[in-house]
This record gives sequence, C-alpha cells and structure tokens, in this order.
Amino acid sequence: MKIIVIVKEVPDTYGERKLDLETGLADRAASEPVLDEIGERALEVALSHADANEAEVVVMSMAPERAAATIRKGLAMGAASAVQVADPGLAGADLGLTARTLAAAIRKTGFDLVITGNLSTDGSGGVLPAMLAELLDVPNLTALSSVEIAADSVSGGRDSDDGTMRLSAKLPAVISITEALPDARFPNFKGIMAAKKKPFETLAAADLGIDPQDLSVAASIMTAIAEKPPRSAGVKITDEGDGGVKIAEFLVENRLA
Amino acid sequence: MTDYPADPILVLLEATPTGELAKSAAGLLGAASLIGTPVALAVTAAGRSQAIAEQAAAAGAERVLVVETEAVVARLSVPIADALAAAAAVVAPDAVLISNSMEGRDVAGRFAARTSAALAVDAVGLSRDAEGVIAHHSVYGGAYNVDSAATFGPLVVTVREGAVEARAEARPVAIETLEPQPSGKAAASIESFESVTATSTRPELKGATKVVSGGRGLGSAESFALVEQLADTLGAAIGASRAAVDAGYIPQSHQVGQTGVSVSPHLYVALGISGAIQHRAGMQTAKTIVAVNKDPDAPIFEVADFGVVGDVFTVVPQLISALAERKK
Ligand SMILES: Cc1cc2nc3c(=O)[nH]c(=O)nc-3n(C[C@H](O)[C@H](O)[C@H](O)COP(=O)(O)OP(=O)(O)OC[C@H]3O[C@@H](n4cnc5c(N)ncnc54)[C@H](O)[C@@H]3O)c2cc1C
Repeated sequence: MKIIVIVKEVPDTYGERKLDLETGLADRAASEPVLDEIGERALEVALSHADANEAEVVVMSMAPERAAATIRKGLAMGAASAVQVADPGLAGADLGLTARTLAAAIRKTGFDLVITGNLSTDGSGGVLPAMLAELLDVPNLTALSSVEIAADSVSGGRDSDDGTMRLSAKLPAVISITEALPDARFPNFKGIMAAKKKPFETLAAADLGIDPQDLSVAASIMTAIAEKPPRSAGVKITDEGDGGVKIAEFLVENRLA
Repeated sequence: MTDYPADPILVLLEATPTGELAKSAAGLLGAASLIGTPVALAVTAAGRSQAIAEQAAAAGAERVLVVETEAVVARLSVPIADALAAAAAVVAPDAVLISNSMEGRDVAGRFAARTSAALAVDAVGLSRDAEGVIAHHSVYGGAYNVDSAATFGPLVVTVREGAVEARAEARPVAIETLEPQPSGKAAASIESFESVTATSTRPELKGATKVVSGGRGLGSAESFALVEQLADTLGAAIGASRAAVDAGYIPQSHQVGQTGVSVSPHLYVALGISGAIQHRAGMQTAKTIVAVNKDPDAPIFEVADFGVVGDVFTVVPQLISALAERKK
C-alpha cells in the first residue's frame, strides 16, 4: 500500500506571525518555519500503520525550495521518500491552483491513500482534502478523530457538535485527521542520518503540466490587507480577598452582567 | 421557473440531525442579503425539505430550491456537491455562501474544484463593490484583516459560524424542486450517525456573545463545574483551552483557539488559562476580556481588560455569589 501524507511548512504558532503588507504573503523571515503539527500527526497515522503492515509512506508538500529542510523532518520521522513541488510561479497560489498542483503530483506519484491534517494553522481553510478527493475522483473522509486502515479500505469516526458519524470507503481515498489523534513521534538520531540517503524528488509546475500563470481559470486574489493594532493590557489587581467582588463590579459597570 | 433575481447569492442550507434548519443559516442568509438576493438550496432526505424551506424563507430566502434524496444520509459530501452544482447552473449566482462547518468545507471544496470557481475560506463578513463580491477575513488569530475576491466568475465562500450578525427580512415561502443528475463521483459511505442528545440549554460557543472558558488550572473534570456555574450565572457559552480538552475536562468542540473555535464575544472570561499564543489566536478579538490566574506573569494578562491575580477556587465562587446577590 502506498500512503501519501501531505505536509505543510508554516510559521511557528509559538512566535509572532507576520504578513507582508506589500504582497500579502506570509513573511517567512519573521518567524521560525516549522512542519505544521497537524501534518505531523497525519504522518504518525501513516507511520504507525506502516510499523505493523506492508506500506510505503511518502511525504509530499508544495512549498518554496527553502522548505526542503522542514520537509526532510518527515523523512527523519520515518517516511520512505519525499516529493516537493517547488516553483517560484506558485508563490501566493490560491486554493484552486494548490489543489490542482498537488492532485497532479499525487497522481504522478501513485497512491492508495492520501492523509492530510483537517486544518492548517496558517490558512485554516480545511477545504483542501475535499478538493483533492474531487480532482482525484476518490471518496473523502474528513475530520476523522479515529482511523482504521485495512488492506483495501479505510474507515473512521468524525465528531461534531451534533454527534458522531462513522464513515468508510474502499481505497483509494483521501482522509483528513484532527488533533484528537496522537502526537507524532520524534525523529531519532538514526532517523535523521537515514533521512539524508532517502529519495527526495523536487518537481516544478511544468513537470506536472500545470501553468501557474493560466488566467483562463478563476482564482481568488487578495485585494486588501491591514494590520490590526495589538491589544493592550488593562487593569491587573491582586486578589486580597475581594477579587470576585471586584470582577462583579467591573462587569456591572460595563453592562456585562 | 427562470425568473431568478438579477443579483442572486446562492446559500447552501444545513439541517440538524433532527431535520431543523441549522443555526448557521440565518447568518448566511443575512450575509447574502447584504450583497444581493438570497436564493437558498436545501438538500434533504425525502419528506424533510418543506419544513426547512419554510424556516429558510422566514430567515430571508427569496426562493428555496429543494433536492430530496436518500443519498444525502448514505454518502458523504458528493450528493450535496452534486445538488449545489445543479443549483448553481440554473441560478448563475454572483457568489455561493456555505457554512465553514465540517460538512460545509467539504462541499465547498468539492464544488469549487469541480466548477473551477474561486474559493475564499473562513470569511467573517461580505460586501460588494463595483467589481463584485468581496470576502473579509480575520487571519493569524485576528492580527490582520484581509479582503479577497474572484478574478472572475462566482466567489465560493465558507463563512465562519456565528461571525455575521446581519439578519435578512422574512419572505413569503417560494419553493422550487430540482432533480439533479448524480455525478457518479466516488463518495464515502455514512455507516451510522449517533447524535448527541442536546440537553444543554446553554448558548452555543460559536457566535456566543459571552464566553466563560476554563484551562488546566481547573485541575480536574469535577472542578471544571466551576466554569459551568459562572457561565450559567452570566448566561454564557462554555469554552476551554486545549490543555483542558486534552486532560478530558470537556469535549473538543469547546476548544477555543488556533485549532479550535474562534470567538469574538462581547465578554470573554478566562479562568486558569495561561494565555498561550495559540489560545489567544481564538479569542483576542473579544470586546472585553477578564482573566483570573494565580501567576502574575501569565501572558493572558497582556490582553485582559480586567485581570485578577488569584486562585480561581476562591475568586470565582465569590464572583458567582456577588452576581447572584445583585440579581435578588
Ligand atoms: C499547533 C498548535 C495548536 C494549538 N492550538 C490550541 C488551541 O486551539 N487552543 C488552546 O487553548 N491551545 C492550543 N495549543 C496549546 C497551547 O500552546 C497551550 O499549551 C494551551 O493553550 C495551554 O492551556 P492552559 O492555559 O489551560 O494550560 P497551562 O498553560 O498549563 O496554564 C494553566 C494556567 O492555570 C494557572 N492556574 C493553575 N492553577 C490555578 C488556580 N488554582 N487558580 C488560578 N490559576 C491557576 C496557571 O498559573 C497557568 O497559567 C496549541 C498548540 C500548538 C502547538
């Protein structure tokens, strides 16, 4: 079985994240780039399946050239190979172009199962898994908080405010997982050394028959961007036995209670 | 019927498991009414569309297109995407508005990919200028406001639940039945659905005007009841940090933050929450923030309008009785 895990380099959420006010793109120099945590959990789902079964795990990402080091972490964790679609023409790609490019790369690589995170921490779109499923003409099982992978099928549970849904599909399929699934393993020294020798394929848009400049396809574009002034701290008091009463007074004064 | 309004905005309605119109619909129809004429689509199991269509008209749908199919309870996403594609083909909308829910995101993704339409996600508002529909987004935890638009063609937009306050005026009920051709696209099977019995009379977290949240500082699932008591005193919804969710104090659907729900209430009360940047990302656009934490250096105080350095187990019970006292 061949499992492709889609991962993404994102600005570390522990730092201050900035957008470039000229281009509207993420200011990659402003914060530490990391592998998105949810993508690492997706990789963990694939690797723990591969630990006990016959499976080849490929990490794939569409990201600028310099993200290679971040993607390599997926190899150090245990993926067998990596595919990076890196093309200056794809900078600022909207969701449609991203989905078409990744779908072409997935098709070229070949797959039985594609695993992604449910939501990235930077875009928070959560639509990419369904877009990939549509373009690949396979089922989507999205936002799973439990996953069972079998030889020719995949199933899982999806929790929402309304209840729990059980989903299943024959492979090939695209699934996305939530952070209810376990934390990812850490790459160990052996893994980091082995990663250096693993296949790492870099593809350009043209290798996939994608023209990023194709204006005949509708795209979503950013038309304005503004930074909001940061919030400032207000009053801070230390409880001297009347902290609760003080809050009650504050709420009443501000017509909040 | 071909007499569609000149500026139609197609709104995908969602139904609850019990067949009621989902709460998100009023905001979607309200948003649509700001930028055009709301035309709604309901995709339901047999015999379920009439009630939903009536509720949608009351919430401002000029016309309700209905598709009744058993496939909607048997197969994920694809039957709704098929119905939406059929509705868009007849209505030729300027924009398609879909709830940014699990189901909504999947349908929006499939529909936009299938029709090669521009897609804008997690919008908190919509407007229109001479060139067309504009989606407004609040990104990086509310640090930036960003607008987006389509280069051409309809803009498909997922709208953050509870973010739009506008409401549309009620309309007379006008129903039209569609019978779309199934696309034959592969879909996952829905094996079962176990609904949680909604016994709670508390406000829903998404779109709540007041939120009381608890963190790891509450220490146990039993002590988390303190958060619930204050929430009930204030008529607030209940939120939590990821640490509180991970510790099993409360289900994940209450998580506020980066990877949870984003809220913008009038009042946000953080109890025993350190205020990690990922938590703040989901609540720092609240109008007023109150925090109780025993660590004077907790980062939550950097964004709090009123902070008390103290123990939640003494401060909060006193707060509850002070508020109860006033109500008498
Ligand atoms: C990719 C990613 C996404 C994340 N997404 C989210 C998210 O969506 N939401 C989220 O919340 N977190 C998220 N986190 C986790 C986040 O980094 C923090 O770990 C989490 O918010 C901490 O929760 P907490 O404040 O409850 O716990 P802690 O940081 O442990 O803080 C507990 C606080 O309680 C105080 N306290 C203890 N006892 C008492 C008492 N008796 N009285 C008063 N105060 C007391 C302590 O002083 C402390 O400040 C994410 C992390 C990552 C990496």
